[in-house]
Amino acid sequence: MQIRPILAALKKHKLATFLIAMEIALACAVLVNAVFLISSRLSAMHINSGVDEASLGAIVVTGFDPKQATDLNARMIAGLGAIPGVESVHAISSVPFGPQWGVSGMTLDQAGKQPGAVVEFYDGNPGTPEALGLKLVAGHLPSADDYQPLQGQDYFPASSRVLITRALAEKLWPGENPLGKQFWAAKWQFRVIGVVANLSVSQYTENGEHGAEWCVFVPVQASGQLVGTYLIRAKPQDLERAMTEARAAVAKIAPDVVLDYANSRTIGHLREYFFKNDRAMAGLLVGVIAALLGVTAFGIVGLASFWVAQRRKQIGIRRALGATRADILRYFQTENFLIVTFGIVVGVVLAIGINLLLMKFFEVPRLPLWYLPIGVVVLWLLGQLAVLVPALRAAAVPPVVATRSV
Amino acid sequence: MFAYYLDLALRSLKRNKLLTALMVLAIAIGIGASMTTLTVMHLLSGDPLPGKSAHIFYPQVDPTPADWYNKSHPLEVMDDRSALDLWNAHRADRQALIVQSPVKVSAPGVDRPPLMLTLLATTSDFFPMFEVPFEYGSAWTPSDETGRARVVVISSDLNDKLFGGKNSVGKTIRLRDSDVRIVGVLKRWRPTPLFYDAEGGFTGNGYDTSYYAKPEDVFMPYQSALEVNDGNFFQFTCWGNGAAVPGHLEGSPCLWVALWVELDSAAKVADYRAFLQNYAQQQKKLGRFANTDTRMLDLMQRLDYEQVIPKNVRLQTWLAFAFLAICLFNTVGLLLAKFLRRAGEIGVRRALGASRRSVFAQCLTEAGLIGFIGGVGGWLLTLVGLWLVRRQQTPYSDLVHMDTSMFVVTFALAVAVSLFAGALPALRASRIAPALQLKTL
Repeated sequence: MQIRPILAALKKHKLATFLIAMEIALACAVLVNAVFLISSRLSAMHINSGVDEASLGAIVVTGFDPKQATDLNARMIAGLGAIPGVESVHAISSVPFGPQWGVSGMTLDQAGKQPGAVVEFYDGNPGTPEALGLKLVAGHLPSADDYQPLQGQDYFPASSRVLITRALAEKLWPGENPLGKQFWAAKWQFRVIGVVANLSVSQYTENGEHGAEWCVFVPVQASGQLVGTYLIRAKPQDLERAMTEARAAVAKIAPDVVLDYANSRTIGHLREYFFKNDRAMAGLLVGVIAALLGVTAFGIVGLASFWVAQRRKQIGIRRALGATRADILRYFQTENFLIVTFGIVVGVVLAIGINLLLMKFFEVPRLPLWYLPIGVVVLWLLGQLAVLVPALRAAAVPPVVATRSV
Repeated sequence: MFAYYLDLALRSLKRNKLLTALMVLAIAIGIGASMTTLTVMHLLSGDPLPGKSAHIFYPQVDPTPADWYNKSHPLEVMDDRSALDLWNAHRADRQALIVQSPVKVSAPGVDRPPLMLTLLATTSDFFPMFEVPFEYGSAWTPSDETGRARVVVISSDLNDKLFGGKNSVGKTIRLRDSDVRIVGVLKRWRPTPLFYDAEGGFTGNGYDTSYYAKPEDVFMPYQSALEVNDGNFFQFTCWGNGAAVPGHLEGSPCLWVALWVELDSAAKVADYRAFLQNYAQQQKKLGRFANTDTRMLDLMQRLDYEQVIPKNVRLQTWLAFAFLAICLFNTVGLLLAKFLRRAGEIGVRRALGASRRSVFAQCLTEAGLIGFIGGVGGWLLTLVGLWLVRRQQTPYSDLVHMDTSMFVVTFALAVAVSLFAGALPALRASRIAPALQLKTL
């Protein structure tokens, strides 16, 4: 295939060629970045909570006197535990995707000079790690006497033996054995007795100061500030019904409290709700991409049709001189390929530029370079598909056209 | 002449329906996407107190200790002592303390389960300062504040829920365990964004949409609220040992109170800044402050500082305009094809005496007509887009609608885009040499 005559012909249509190429360039830049944004949304949605989501639900109540914590906990645990199908009920400070409870900065020394990380604390009464389904990877789970009562309305015991996640252990003591290590938050002291594989923070945001799994589990008795949120465990097939009954039962168990209806759901529902906007944004981006490719294809179809109509006579002459239909078809396809390639070169640069801007203003991560070839291939295919119809029409031009005056 | 051009344009559009449809569709999609996001931006970036916001200020001082790990000074809210010192000085035309807390609300004799709502502890200037409209009754008086009276103002929403929207002034509701008397019921009031909220002091960094939530449901004099809802207050942060009793923050080394002031002249603003600086210096001499940094932003600056407009929305807006740019390129290309295809026709017109200017005008008329038709499509697509936004789970979903100004902007933008897109092809068309074209006929 001769490229020279194609380039010569394109030179006569510099403006139109430039316009199509720019359209391709912009499309390429937006396409690559939009696909990247979609995939980062989707990967954020796959955050590992570390708990048995299919078997767990939460009941959240508010509006009680904090002094009645111990009494309310006893009533709720007994009352909810009596519902058929409920395997266990535990007092827990918060659950993944539920309302946030204990996010705090912590330090690696008692004087508070050596900053550690901003972490999320989970309080739970005896049996909570087992009910959550946390997977231990080092050390041991809290034993019965690790669960201490909370004084007054305190958040933690003065000194407690805790579980941390593998991610947090790596953050605080990279490469070291975290077991036995200590850390402090305000007046409270903590010592690590076990490491669990995964446990996510309750309300993870990509921009936050804390990692998705920087969590601490503090074993305590159901008292003090550990009140109002209850972890329900049931067989997956019983869970939905048990939760419905549990929500209804609260009015009988504790008529004076207010049920937080929105947060008293299965963990699966809470998760779905938590990522609702991410899903909406991903959906929107998919829509934009579809419309974008559509509009770009229209542009190519429109302009290629125009060129075919304009060159009817020349095509006829070529056919009369012995060019086959395939030659004509290939001519338009090569022409499109050249224009799209020109656009893509500019588009790749533009895509990286846009990504740099997004990184600066929207805290978007750096674009992995392997996204670029995908964009390139998609646009090449799009160009070839869009030009196919006009090119076929061109190939159908009979040689006899050459003998006509118009 | 214009009518003639319009007629020509219509004929030309009818001649090649596919090309016309492609152009109209491209403009409609581009306009629909960009207007949807622009309408949301317009809604979210509005001035919640038009005409007055330049006189509303948010003074801040920094009571945190010298070795405090958080280096951003001053932080979002103050301790109660600083806030009360500034408030008691009465240096502003109007001033309001602000503290939010969750509270259990029930009404004796009303058969419905208690509600968890937000209680706003504030001072009586809050209502005139922020132009809060009353349906029944009025705000409490300053003497209610000093007397720690058990009085409240409630929102129209709560009045609808508890009393079916009837005049409930003088009736009693129960906040936790205290009976309080209603002295005022608000009209529907939805400041957007909810500017005075310090959000417990967390800057949203553009990821927090709670600035578009509804205002609180119960408003109460500052001291009375602190007594009634004692034990349920939340700090932004504390230093030292924090609050001795959780939820009871009076006098504690914690940040939890916000102050807004109204200053009606530039001189008063300058005076207040000096007053704030003096206060910080004086507190440093007393040994209570370690830092003398102060800040006083006006309302709109404060909203910028807080980055209240969600980042998602900003991102969508950029995306939509990149998309519009692609549609624009597309339209330029198609218009070029369309006009140059008619080179012969244009050559004849030119030969018969039409000036370049009139050929240019005719082509632009055609482009404008395409833009107008695209605008109608774009308007319909915008309505669909806004319907999709309303279905999203955001606090501002219920506010999203297209107002008259945005309706006008839709068509203006569509026509402007198409004229802009048409300019270059029209120029090309008007430069067509008549002789060359006539020869080929």
